Amino acid sequence: MVDTLVFVVAALICLIGALGVVLARNPVHSALMLVMTLFGIAVQFVAQEAHFLAAVQVIVYAGAIVVLFLFVIMLLGVDRAQNLEMSFLPIQKWAALLFAAGSLAIVVALIVVVGEPVTGAEAMSGALGGTDDVRLLARSLFSDYVYAFELTSLLLVIAVIGAVVLVRKPKVTDPVTAEDGGR
Amino acid sequence: MTGDPLYLDGVDLVDVSIMAVKVLVAFTFLLVATMFMVWFERKLISDMQNRIGPNVAGPWGLLQTFADGVKFFFKEDLRPENADPLVFRLAPYISAVTAFLSFAVVPIGGSFGGGSSGTVTIFGRETYLQVADPPIGILFLLAMSSIAVYGVMLAGWASGSKYPLIGSVRASAQAISYEAALGMATVVVVVLAGTLSTHGIVAAQSGGFTRWFLVSSGIVPFIVFLIAATAELNRPPFDLVEAEQELVGGFHTEYSSIRFALFFLAEFMNVITMSAIMVTLFFGGPAGPIFFGMTWFWPTIWFLLKVLAFLFVFVWFRATLPRLRYDQLMHLGWKLLIPLILFWLMFISLKELRATYDWNWVVTYGAAFVALAIGGSLLVAALRAGDRAYQEELEEV
Repeated sequence: MVDTLVFVVAALICLIGALGVVLARNPVHSALMLVMTLFGIAVQFVAQEAHFLAAVQVIVYAGAIVVLFLFVIMLLGVDRAQNLEMSFLPIQKWAALLFAAGSLAIVVALIVVVGEPVTGAEAMSGALGGTDDVRLLARSLFSDYVYAFELTSLLLVIAVIGAVVLVRKPKVTDPVTAEDGGR
Repeated sequence: MTGDPLYLDGVDLVDVSIMAVKVLVAFTFLLVATMFMVWFERKLISDMQNRIGPNVAGPWGLLQTFADGVKFFFKEDLRPENADPLVFRLAPYISAVTAFLSFAVVPIGGSFGGGSSGTVTIFGRETYLQVADPPIGILFLLAMSSIAVYGVMLAGWASGSKYPLIGSVRASAQAISYEAALGMATVVVVVLAGTLSTHGIVAAQSGGFTRWFLVSSGIVPFIVFLIAATAELNRPPFDLVEAEQELVGGFHTEYSSIRFALFFLAEFMNVITMSAIMVTLFFGGPAGPIFFGMTWFWPTIWFLLKVLAFLFVFVWFRATLPRLRYDQLMHLGWKLLIPLILFWLMFISLKELRATYDWNWVVTYGAAFVALAIGGSLLVAALRAGDRAYQEELEEV
């Protein structure tokens, strides 16, 4: 009873947030709606006893990634409603529509074909057999999936270094910009 | 499994009422403590600056904050024309609510060690003296402090005005930079305690002064945490967010009346919560000697005294330290604190591993020293190269 209620409320929050991300005219409002969706997902994680994933969801996604989104939106000054009629490719709009409809069709088809979308299987990250989920998650991360985990972190480091190299400006010769870069 | 013993045998009306009382007490305590914190800060700073400070409202000016609060209610509530109406109204509440919520995971009393597990008995039910003890414990605090960034950031943006925007961009850059150091200092404690739960962390420190993580983690994580926490709170000397000389009032320039009061409240409440968290993580929480067999009384008193000491430290910082320049702030965060705490985290983990698997002392610490020498010299070389390039760039102008 309570579980169903929590699920319905959190799912509604997720869906409203997701719709808001797409429909809001103002990019900052979109980003805030995204935060709302992420919170809804975090609540779903808690309902599945995956407390750690819920915390990570809030700390990493809501707390860091969307903050960076907002940062970029504010710094680039695109924080006012944009003219959405403009598109870079002539078929862009239609392609987007097609892909959206396609993904929806796949999800619906999967539910229909499987026939029983609720499997009752517990989440891997959930609290199985009384061990708390942090321990469980750590054990699988550092034993079975340790190579995948380390390679992913390596990939992230490469991405960071790549980004730094790409944005590194050649030596400044224009005194005005140099002064800006200084103190 | 962690968790409050209150809920072990199902939840009934008594449990719910105990919970409600706990929430109410925590809420009231925070509000009253914030009120006196403002007075305490003003009084202490004026003492340090040879002034008298508030002394008219109530005995020793104790009611000054109350008077200010009442005044805020009656002030005109302004909203700039360029402001985003919805977000402008939302931002103060994000700040205030996250400030309240963070305090929920702090254990404020209960005797630990010597067979007792920090429970107290209320109406025949055993329970912890903290509002909630979620399995993720301390991560909840980090989550709340990362959400609190939104309050400041949105306030600055939604005001639709220059100085607030600059202030909020500074604030979010600062918060993100120091969150890494703050988080890693916390991880050191978590590695030592073997649990994320705040209750478990306090329990792991029971049994005397030397068991406190301040000592057993080697002080460095505490110092890093203190600096990062000060930056996270936007307190002096890291108050670039509201640097009056440059930004008028920073992110809350355009706020007035009760909305400004909410920001003000959140800021001071965060100071109290952060002090409480530091006491919990490094100073054994409510640990202390118990006299006359009053096990329910003394731990809370010790806890409050320790928190008070930290509140004093924060005020002391404000009265004595000049504000950092922006590049100094980033330099301190990224080039000093993060490498230092990263090294310390590895060192503590190695120490724990050695103890668990009984590795050879000489080999373990020898390897650690070689790794430190190589890694450290690479890091120093990289930092020097960076500095040199920066200086050259400046000189070329």
